[in-house]
Amino acid sequence: MSNKKSKECNDMILCRIWQLLKKPSVSYSLGTLLIVGFISGIIFWGGFNTAMEMTNNEEFCISCHEMEDNVYQEYKETIHYSNRTGVRATCPDCHVPKEWHHKVVRKIQASNELLHKALGTIDTREKFEGKRLTLAKHVWEAMEKTDSRECRNCHNFEFMDFTEQGRRAVKAHSEGLDAGGTCIDCHKGIAHELPDMHEVDPGSSIGDI
Amino acid sequence: MMMKKITIILALLATAGFGTQVNAEPVKSLRGATDIDQDSSVAAAKKYNKDNMPIERDYVQQPPLIPHQIKNYRINIKSNKCMSCHSWSNYRKSGATKISQTHFENRDEQVLANVSARRYFCTQCHVPQVDAEPLVENVFQPVDSITGAK
Repeated sequence: MSNKKSKECNDMILCRIWQLLKKPSVSYSLGTLLIVGFISGIIFWGGFNTAMEMTNNEEFCISCHEMEDNVYQEYKETIHYSNRTGVRATCPDCHVPKEWHHKVVRKIQASNELLHKALGTIDTREKFEGKRLTLAKHVWEAMEKTDSRECRNCHNFEFMDFTEQGRRAVKAHSEGLDAGGTCIDCHKGIAHELPDMHEVDPGSSIGDI
Repeated sequence: MMMKKITIILALLATAGFGTQVNAEPVKSLRGATDIDQDSSVAAAKKYNKDNMPIERDYVQQPPLIPHQIKNYRINIKSNKCMSCHSWSNYRKSGATKISQTHFENRDEQVLANVSARRYFCTQCHVPQVDAEPLVENVFQPVDSITGAK
């Protein structure tokens, strides 16, 4: 039996590694193994999170010209970039979840974005405009699914003082709250230009002239 | 000789006097009496009325004024932010005034299914308001048929 196994293992490197890992240590004490394991655990975990945070800031996002030339320029004219109090919401504040496991899921999804970066799917303004509706719909769908989770990191219905809001906002917010609506239902295109809305809301776009 | 000297001195004095006179009067231009190397005072920027009730019209054909602020409301070929409340499909839900039927007519008076291109750019006629005093005196009075006064 064991002969058969080692024979198999001669051909397969993964199998030999597994055999090695299965054997108890003979030369290192349990303490050494524990301490080394603990320290390298910290280094790997810290390194992983550091690498994730490095890809989680505005500077990284706009290091691609697709982001800097299109969405970033539009965002610069909105209230989330420049406002009365100087509090800013940067790209990942709205586009990457704060909770760890949602964040990792989103980061894995981002590998698809890397693929399209390599393919050059939106590497010109024209290509980007052509894809704008599709891309916007992806974000709207994600926001609807999560009940606008990233908006609510800062904006919370429960802590909104309706008496401080304008006439229109009070109506929309109190009705929206009752109807179980979510932020993105109304607040589309607040940080970037809207796509051609003719398909989404025919009354609010001129469509074909 | 003496006479000539006096004439020259008088001429010089006159020139000098003239020169001083020019210097004494600051240049007046459209920016007022402020010298070119001085900063003129800046008027405080007016703020748009944030959110008020509809404003009464002052004459029959007046495009209604916008009683709320419209900062960052984009109107371009792809979308029209105003229409997300004022369009016929959205006004009931939003409680906004709907655009009038005239907005669906093209220049040949054909009625279209959607807002006409010549009426699409709302801010060509409809404007938001700031709380500002008129720059020149204005004695315009709306007629009684509009105000309902007797």
